[in-house]
Amino acid sequence: MTIRSLLSRKGRSFLTMLGIVIGVAGVIVIISLGAGAQSLVLGQVNKLGSNLLSIQPGKSDPNGPPVQAFGVVITSLVNSDADALRSPTQVPHAAAVSAVVRGSATVTWENKSVDTNFVGTDSGYPNVVNFTMQEGQFMNQPDADGSANVVVLGSTVASELFDGTGVDPIGQVIKVRNASQTTAGGIPLRVDGVITPRGTAFFQDQDDQIILPLNLGEEQLLGIHYLQAINVKVDSADNIDRTITDITNVLKQRHHILTDKDIDFTVRNQATAVDLLTTITSALSLFLTSMAAISLIVGGIGILNIMLATVAERTREIGLRKAVGATNAMIMRQFLLEAGTLTLIGGAIGILVGVLTSYLMSVLMKKLGFDWDFVISITSIVLAVGVSALTGVVFGLYPSFKASRLNPIDALRYE
Amino acid sequence: MPIIKVENLTKDYTNEGVLTSVLHGINFSMEQGEFVAIMGPSGSGKSTLMHILSFLDSSTSGVYEFEGKDTKDFDKDYLAKLRNERIGFVFQSFNLLARTTVLDNVKLPLIYSNKKNHDDLAKKALADVGLSHRLDFFTNQISGGEKQRVAIARALVCDPAVIFADEPTGNLDSKSGNAVLEILQKLNDKGHTIILVTHEMDTANHAKRIIHIKDGMIIDDELVKNRTIASPDKELKK
Repeated sequence: MTIRSLLSRKGRSFLTMLGIVIGVAGVIVIISLGAGAQSLVLGQVNKLGSNLLSIQPGKSDPNGPPVQAFGVVITSLVNSDADALRSPTQVPHAAAVSAVVRGSATVTWENKSVDTNFVGTDSGYPNVVNFTMQEGQFMNQPDADGSANVVVLGSTVASELFDGTGVDPIGQVIKVRNASQTTAGGIPLRVDGVITPRGTAFFQDQDDQIILPLNLGEEQLLGIHYLQAINVKVDSADNIDRTITDITNVLKQRHHILTDKDIDFTVRNQATAVDLLTTITSALSLFLTSMAAISLIVGGIGILNIMLATVAERTREIGLRKAVGATNAMIMRQFLLEAGTLTLIGGAIGILVGVLTSYLMSVLMKKLGFDWDFVISITSIVLAVGVSALTGVVFGLYPSFKASRLNPIDALRYE
Repeated sequence: MPIIKVENLTKDYTNEGVLTSVLHGINFSMEQGEFVAIMGPSGSGKSTLMHILSFLDSSTSGVYEFEGKDTKDFDKDYLAKLRNERIGFVFQSFNLLARTTVLDNVKLPLIYSNKKNHDDLAKKALADVGLSHRLDFFTNQISGGEKQRVAIARALVCDPAVIFADEPTGNLDSKSGNAVLEILQKLNDKGHTIILVTHEMDTANHAKRIIHIKDGMIIDDELVKNRTIASPDKELKK
């Protein structure tokens, strides 16, 4: 009887359900997007490795941008600093230490040229940063720590130079020159390996770079005698604070710093960055949840609208049913069943639409190159369906409450 | 024992602080098997009286005994039971459920009853009013006369003690009106008790007894002398 009653007013039933579908689907999609964004951001950070500390020249707020972002060049961090940090007595919990310089470069092979970025680093680099080799091998220790003419290519650079030529990059000699150097030619480097694609991290293509020995990059490409960063991997998360202290002490001593306000370096804790990002994405999620709540309210108002529009007609109908013998309890049960069925079916459809839309969005995001996870929050589903069902049932029962107090004839004549 | 007995029945309405007295002390009684017409001009209180007698409305004061029991002791659920099992009501404006078939309309009272075989009972009631060929039609697909016959079938389906009809021919053409009165007379012949409300003498003459009501009071109560018997070739004079 409930189904027939609902089918007899198809238009109104459909519109009521639509309100619920929109509310439920809206909540699911919005919360899923928020969760996906959060996992994307955190995933990016975790991609770079965990338990990482990054020492940068210049004093700045460890949670703020580095001094270099303001165009300031500090030259106080040097190669021997990195060596000092490798001392097991002074920094016992440093699992790996790697010094880094960066710049942009133009890479040439045969008659092809590509502009890319280079990282000049040492043999500690693979222990600090997460990556695997697609082909060949990373620079071996003597080569990396010396100034051997070797290079490792990111997969994008390898593709741009060698795809379609049928030539294996390993063993080939490419020429590298700093983008600011105008002289033709460049430094010849032998390709030792190609790095497995890593995708984007913080919207930078990690595959669009080459890695070469620290000294080569420092002296021959950039012409400097200082470092841009020293990265340290700590052996365990519990030792991070201790290691920060150790590093600070070592560098203060080496740089002859007596008071803290004279410190000329910054130790950045990746974990703090993660916390900050989590805070940001949580705030984003909160914002999105508010949007989701609004979506539910809109859906609820839609339901209320439809229910109110039919109150007079339904009150008259209740009057008739009472006139032929229905008790208040029977009327209530009928309306509860109708409202319940509508909200449940609407909720089910809303879940389907919401999950499907979220899935399609995650597929789209992945196609755009983002490392997007398809996340569905069960809490959001329960919340959305619960609120919509409550709204539908409460407003669906309203006419029966109204009419229960009337005599049948008054309900029949209700306007 | 009279099936309906009313003593000093009054009914007042209060609308936005204004008190309107509609019934000023009604006294009458009716036996089982009677066919009574309550007749009066517009505003006389006849419909109000009818609604109270059929438990669609409640009185303000006075005594109403139904089948020998004082109705003031009846609670809401018991009144609903009576409306289902002992009363059948036919409205002037039919009051059928829209977007519902003829058969489902007649089955409506059965849903609230303890009876089984809803389909069989409903089909029988529709056969009694000559509408077996319209079972699956929707209410908007049938004529006014047919709608009223559906309403009568619905009123009959739970085998009530009394059938109330409030201006049953009011919205019908003369031919259909005649057909409806013919059905009511046949039902009375079979033993059903019928109370009819009308403002037209011609309709009232189809009953066996007429109670005249004016300004909320009974002014006459007479037996019909030259009763009109409805038949298929006649038309109701309006």
